[in-house]
Amino acid sequence: MRPLSRRLPSLRWQALGWQALALALVALVIATFAHNASHNLAARHIATGFGFLRQAAPIPIGETLLSYTPSVSSYGRAFAIGVLNTLKVAIPGCLLATLLGTVIGIARLSPIMLLARLAAIYVEFLRDLPLLLQLLFWYGVFQTLPAPKQSLQPLPGVFLSNRGLRFPGLLWQNGFALVLLAAVAGIVFAAILARRAALSPRRRLRLAALLPIPLFPALALAAVRPAFIVAWPTLHGFNFQGGVLMSPEYAALATGLILYTASYIAEIVRGGLVSVSSGQWEAGAALGLPRSAVLRLIVLPQALRLIIPPLTSQYLNLVKNSSLAVAIGYQDLVSIADTTLNQTGQAIEGIALIMVVYLAISLAISLAMNLYNAHLARTTR
Amino acid sequence: MNARRLVSPLVTLALVLILADVAWHFFSWAIWHAVWTLPENASHAPNTDLCRAALGHGACWPVIKEKFRFILFGFYPYDEQWRPALVILCFVVLFGLSLAPRWWRPSLLLVWVVAFALIGVLMWGGVLGLAFVAEDQWGGLPITLILATLGLAAAFPLAILVALARRAEGLPVIRLLAVAYVELIRGVPLISLLFMSSVMLPLFLPPAWDIDKLIRAQLAFVLFAGAYLAEVVRAGLAALPRGQYEAAAALGLSYAQSTRLIILPQALRQVIPMLVNTFIGFFKDTSLVLIIGIFDLMTTGRTATLEPAWQGFGNEVYLLLAAIYFAFCFIMARISRTLERRLAAPHRNIEEPA
Repeated sequence: MRPLSRRLPSLRWQALGWQALALALVALVIATFAHNASHNLAARHIATGFGFLRQAAPIPIGETLLSYTPSVSSYGRAFAIGVLNTLKVAIPGCLLATLLGTVIGIARLSPIMLLARLAAIYVEFLRDLPLLLQLLFWYGVFQTLPAPKQSLQPLPGVFLSNRGLRFPGLLWQNGFALVLLAAVAGIVFAAILARRAALSPRRRLRLAALLPIPLFPALALAAVRPAFIVAWPTLHGFNFQGGVLMSPEYAALATGLILYTASYIAEIVRGGLVSVSSGQWEAGAALGLPRSAVLRLIVLPQALRLIIPPLTSQYLNLVKNSSLAVAIGYQDLVSIADTTLNQTGQAIEGIALIMVVYLAISLAISLAMNLYNAHLARTTR
Repeated sequence: MNARRLVSPLVTLALVLILADVAWHFFSWAIWHAVWTLPENASHAPNTDLCRAALGHGACWPVIKEKFRFILFGFYPYDEQWRPALVILCFVVLFGLSLAPRWWRPSLLLVWVVAFALIGVLMWGGVLGLAFVAEDQWGGLPITLILATLGLAAAFPLAILVALARRAEGLPVIRLLAVAYVELIRGVPLISLLFMSSVMLPLFLPPAWDIDKLIRAQLAFVLFAGAYLAEVVRAGLAALPRGQYEAAAALGLSYAQSTRLIILPQALRQVIPMLVNTFIGFFKDTSLVLIIGIFDLMTTGRTATLEPAWQGFGNEVYLLLAAIYFAFCFIMARISRTLERRLAAPHRNIEEPA
């Protein structure tokens, strides 16, 4: 319908009037808030501005991906660690939740009755309980594991105790950076080759396109020959040393987020699969393809177009939900910002930082998924 | 071919074995090795040594008996706790009425107003001979229900305005403001909004305005719910056939008239299932007030497990909380699904008498 305002001049003035009024209202609210804030902050002797980011931060941080010393390193550095800690749980979380959700979503449509029922119960149960309750439960589970001395050892060198999960890791060597770079280059190169080879009917050629993925890092390894030093966790007194530590807080948060988000993703995957008409299944079966091949080659690619947009919002939810970390003591961005604003009193700046970071992450995910969706729309139609 | 035929029974067998194992462990913990009653110690409080001995392999059910009232009602005066209990009943009746299609008429609005007035009287008291109870003494399930329901009710008009504003043609500034509000709120975690209400809002208001923490959190919820509901309403507006807009215009109705009489009644009816789903989300999300220290159901449950005598029996309490949250969410989800089917039916004579 053509806007009324363009049809009648009097309505155009009316439209301008309404918009001016709305703007004036918003400006008035902001001005009142700013006036009150400046008055209140002055009365409470709270500083303003982002200068505090350069001050030393007396926050003890358990898990850091950057070097950090309490009372020496700055608040800015603490914030950066918080952002990295958020990403550290969000990125593997999205990947594993997608994997688990897809499996459960497919299981819900399985012809095996019991499997389908169990998958349905999983989805119903996890979706109807608050995530926070699930996180507190998992945190309790990880905390009531035995002490390090009696820790469970599911695999040799892997220790599960109330101090978290310890497993052997590689000590970082100088040559590793090059190998990592070669691996990334290999994947990129393989992607380019695969696109070229996709049109070829020869299966061998399509497989050959994947060769750079193992080949590139192998060549880099041969060239620099970094020493592989494995750090094994060993028990010293009451705790472990060496190896890689996954803290109980991180483990609980990751477990809770993955299981919860997977229940939503399962429903999205199921919805996508159901929307593909049953004729597609039948056509695949008529070609003599086994069920798994029909699913992988015919149904999933078509379902993907419907799955991607709601999947994006689940990724966004997972990232936002990772902020519940503060309730179980995992030091993500929100937890560190919360401590900061309690110490400095600069609530406005602290909350603004949280919001900006989350908005940036949300925008980045939306953008990436929209690009992928556009790519799908181009290639499948 | 034969091998493939074996897959299904083998998977079923494996699942049955796993299920039996899980069920056995659960029954062993919850019933077989569980502690059901405790002796009293010198000061007539339960002696939890028996539970402590069973910790890890047997449940301690006396913790539920001891903490049940606290978990449900928080610090509400013990002798007055029949009032929040009635409030819970009020909410259940209100939900029941609102989810029955034959009650979907303007007078339902009146029912909501009356229900909230009744809930206010029961919770606060101070009239009709009821003792006054301040907000900081409220707690437990009524807080959870109030935060979610009042949040939804107050956010609803806001959401309709924002959704209409987002679709307003020829008003770019208003549309931009609506988009900015919705995307900003949806892009940040709820916790940041709750922090905003608990530490930032007091800075923005005149010092004389000392608003209770609960009311500030309620404001944050309204702001949060408004953005999500606006998207739901917008989906309903978008799904309406163009013919409805054109027919309204052809009748010579003004924008306000056509919106009120033609567009909204149809659009809102279509999104009721989605609305219920969004409400289930809010109901679960209210648990986040734990982080800013408001005594909702989650916080009272958590607090109950922190008392030294009862420490370590979190799972029993969490099981109770899970049962309460699950009961509300599951029933509402079921109703929402039924409504969805009815609304999707080809002939939509919902109010048709049976």
